[in-house]
Amino acid sequence: MSKTTPQQDFFRGIWRENPVLMQMLGLCPALAVTNSLENAIVMGIATFFVLTGSSLLVSLVKTIVPGEVRISTYILIIATFVTVADMTLEALVPDIHKALGAFVALIVVNCIILARQEAFASKNPVGRALLDAFGTGVGFMIAMVMMGSVREILGAGTLLGVKVIPGRFEPWVIFVLPPGGFLTLGFWLLLLAWFHQRRAEREKLARLPDAAVSGKEAA
Amino acid sequence: MGDLFWILLSAMVVNNFTLAYFLGLCPFMGVSGRVATALRLGLADIFVLVIASVCAWFLNTFILPYAPFLRLISFIVVIASLVQIVEMVIKKVSPTLFRQLGIYLPLITTNCAILGLAIFQTNRGYGLLEGIFFAVGGGLGLTLALVLMASIRESSEMADVPSLAKGMALVLIIAGSLSLAFMGFAGLLSAS
Amino acid sequence: MTVPAQFQPKPDVPAWRLLLTLGLGGALAGFVLVFVYQLTLPVIERNKAERLAAAVQEVLKAPDHYDTLYVFDGALTKTLPPGGDPKKLETLYLGYTVDGAPIGFAIASAQAGFQDQVRLIFGYDHAAGTLLGMKVLESKETPGLGDKIEKSEPFVSQFDGVQAPLKGVKAREGTGDPHEVDMITGATISSRTVIRIINDALDRVGPMLDAYRASPAPAAGAEAGR
Repeated sequence: MSKTTPQQDFFRGIWRENPVLMQMLGLCPALAVTNSLENAIVMGIATFFVLTGSSLLVSLVKTIVPGEVRISTYILIIATFVTVADMTLEALVPDIHKALGAFVALIVVNCIILARQEAFASKNPVGRALLDAFGTGVGFMIAMVMMGSVREILGAGTLLGVKVIPGRFEPWVIFVLPPGGFLTLGFWLLLLAWFHQRRAEREKLARLPDAAVSGKEAA
Repeated sequence: MGDLFWILLSAMVVNNFTLAYFLGLCPFMGVSGRVATALRLGLADIFVLVIASVCAWFLNTFILPYAPFLRLISFIVVIASLVQIVEMVIKKVSPTLFRQLGIYLPLITTNCAILGLAIFQTNRGYGLLEGIFFAVGGGLGLTLALVLMASIRESSEMADVPSLAKGMALVLIIAGSLSLAFMGFAGLLSAS
Repeated sequence: MTVPAQFQPKPDVPAWRLLLTLGLGGALAGFVLVFVYQLTLPVIERNKAERLAAAVQEVLKAPDHYDTLYVFDGALTKTLPPGGDPKKLETLYLGYTVDGAPIGFAIASAQAGFQDQVRLIFGYDHAAGTLLGMKVLESKETPGLGDKIEKSEPFVSQFDGVQAPLKGVKAREGTGDPHEVDMITGATISSRTVIRIINDALDRVGPMLDAYRASPAPAAGAEAGR
């Protein structure tokens, strides 16, 4: 019996336990294909599809798969979904598929997916597993959009191919190159750490008057 | 022969597996300031990469032409089994090495680098020898990146890092700088 | 006191059951994949063919039709040699006007550029020894600099009419030599790659083009008749 509520299962993957920003999983695609927002979104969709499909299937077969071979089975399931996604992308959006290259296939070793199967889908009913997968998938998509939009705006001056910075903006090319991936994620983490720090300080300040009051009463 | 050398050099520095292709990031981010461990992990990686390259070549040449859609599944099955076997062999041959590598061996399985190598090799249509040189070059590049990151972190342990940046943010910015530095190798191959 | 259910020792799962699970799983996966493969393959192949046809059209300046020629055994042949795999053999394309007069060959080639492989196709008027056009098919050159080899109209259009073999010169240093191609400022390596790909390809297939045109080409005559 799950100890968490359905809402918790869904929402924790989106922010508090965001797979990329908090758990530092799935970095390969987050850094590699976010040099344009379009690529980032398509990768997010593909990963969402694989994550949801495999969580669903893993949860369905969790009772009939013996524990000893469970990891192999998960990998088999994930690999099948990834191959399907790969072929579908190649047929529907060949140019984007070419841009994403080998990284669609590398979804199979995206730690996020295996982690969700092992940690949750294999131990929970189908409905909850789906919610967990949706939440994590949305969280991953959010991280991809955060990375992709910053990198494309700074590195090319466009967003989804549309020029968004007016005037003679000299694109900061490094951001659409590999170093830019590392730096962008690093700076996002810095920003998030700053927010956390400020919130922690504010909470500490908010508690002080109470402490002073209760101190007086105790005294 | 010159071609093979360029393939190796290119995989090692020009298109470094970690700093340019973002493969093998889990151990890269997680490696602590221990150069010795980084070196051992890198060497184990090279070993597994070369064997994986040969297996991928074998699959591509003899089996997959009949069922190209099974490529991903067969690669991953072979890689997973390969790592298991390597683990068992190391355990038998050198228990000390096994203990030192410890948890890193299973990490190598889900290490994008091995699967990434197999896929890149397939996409570029490398033959057996080319694939091996590619694997060695890529593995050396991985080792180089790991060792560099480990030694930088080792040196910066005593540095006064702002609390905001401690942890992953710092690692990523260091990685970005390394990646930037390695971009200097671009154009190495275009001889003219 | 009876031991609660979850702590009772689990019975060992027999090996056959492990194998059966994996085997069944594998078979199912196989079925699904074959199905999706059959579904998507025609679309994928059609996309590829369309893209190639468009590229050939562009570099041969809108030929009426074109022949696909295979490079086999050091010569060009129109018919697929027995045992030859069309996917593995290098192909060239010979374009014709509506009257059946040959326009030129479209040749695709690739080499390592500044960042990664650059793959392009170019049209070559064999009789005049000049290029008809150039189109970059694949490149990962630096955005904003190296990628000008595919995006900069002035750079690409200068390949129309240039004499082979090509010579790269820095912009503003040109002497008016018909063999010269202006390289992109700040992206000389990418530019040189394009020039090198074309020169090397012509070195390699040039003799074959000679041989093909010299031999009587009944196919061309028959095409004109249609």
